Amino acid sequence: MGHMTYEQAIKRVYYGLYLLGAVTLVEVFFSLLGKGHVISGLEDVSWIAYAVGLLLIVLSLYKAYFIIFEFMHMKYEVKGLALSVLLPTMLLIWAIVAFFQEGDSWKNRREYIKQKNSEQPVQAPAQQSNLAPDVFVPTFKG
Amino acid sequence: MATTETLTENEVQMTEDWSGAGSPFRASYGKLMMWYFLLSDAFTFAGFLIAYGALRFSSPTWPVPDFVFSTHPFGSGHAPLIFVTVMSFLLIISSVTMVRAVQEGHKENKNGVVFWMLLTIIGGAGFLGCQAWEWNNLIAHEHMTVTTNPFGTHVVDGVYLDDDHGHAYANASERETFKRGESYLIHKDEESSEWIQRRFEYKDEESGQAMMGVQNFGPKAFGALFFFITGFHGFHVFSGVLFLLIIMINAASGLYVARKNGYEMVEKIGLYWHFVDLVWVFVFLVFYLL
Repeated sequence: MGHMTYEQAIKRVYYGLYLLGAVTLVEVFFSLLGKGHVISGLEDVSWIAYAVGLLLIVLSLYKAYFIIFEFMHMKYEVKGLALSVLLPTMLLIWAIVAFFQEGDSWKNRREYIKQKNSEQPVQAPAQQSNLAPDVFVPTFKG
Repeated sequence: MATTETLTENEVQMTEDWSGAGSPFRASYGKLMMWYFLLSDAFTFAGFLIAYGALRFSSPTWPVPDFVFSTHPFGSGHAPLIFVTVMSFLLIISSVTMVRAVQEGHKENKNGVVFWMLLTIIGGAGFLGCQAWEWNNLIAHEHMTVTTNPFGTHVVDGVYLDDDHGHAYANASERETFKRGESYLIHKDEESSEWIQRRFEYKDEESGQAMMGVQNFGPKAFGALFFFITGFHGFHVFSGVLFLLIIMINAASGLYVARKNGYEMVEKIGLYWHFVDLVWVFVFLVFYLL
């Protein structure tokens, strides 16, 4: 750790402790806020749920960034090493988009089937043969 | 051909790094492989968490985490997410003590390394203890299993016809009302150990007629996802504690003093330990916060 003196490095660690602790507390607060524990009735407002969800994801990504770059010292590694570890995780962006969309489509299909099943079957009109009245059906007697 | 004068500082560095004299990543083999192991482990966890997300998206309802995880060992009463926040703090603190151990290692301070590693182990063991309590509570008291999820969500407004024990209310005035979106836990009868699914009355949206319903079980996948994902993470914490213990004993015995490499072994287990904390950030996000 040539980039910092020993005292500076120790200070940085405790800064990390306070930062991660504070971000976690903020996350829990907003999670409870979004579920209507802090102000009741808030859980019924749908845009708040989305806003809180987005905020929680951003804060968690920030925590992840801090852990990797400070605690795991990625910031001070050679660029090639950092990229060879970090770039492959970008594949997960595709996986998240694809699988969540797939999950959503399962739900829609299931609801569609349920809706179709609950509909009253419509009495289909009796089949009319195109041939029936005119066709000469020979009958053989005696 | 570019001369050295026209090369940027970065390019000079690159040429020196890749000319074959030493490791171009300026990291030891062990440390580099630890990074790539963690990368592959990240994909395993991501696979689990993405499966969780896909199944959650595919279900019309999902157990509300602040209802499921509102129990705690500090007396009765509900305290949504408080216990699991304590667990998160234990991991964060043990991550910080781990960084301190690595720093003391760089200074070749043996006692410092052992002291901070010991604190890290205590933090990790504390987390495991908390998780054991949480699992025990879910399995023994709330009867959640890998295949059964007693945490359901109401999809209509209604009024209960039965009380908590599954008996019909004597008076109509005693009946409890509930709202759409509210969560419930299906209890088990203590003696017969049969499920008590309370009956309720609701108005049909289309016909406006009064209908009778019964508490349904929640999405089945929830139990399996919860136990496998938090279990896999807990297993990582458990093996982390074991390795920390081994390396602490080695450090105390003076093994790494002879190596004179700034306690690199402590640095490697440190990377693993921070990764466990990193995974918890996401487990905490998807299971408890969202």
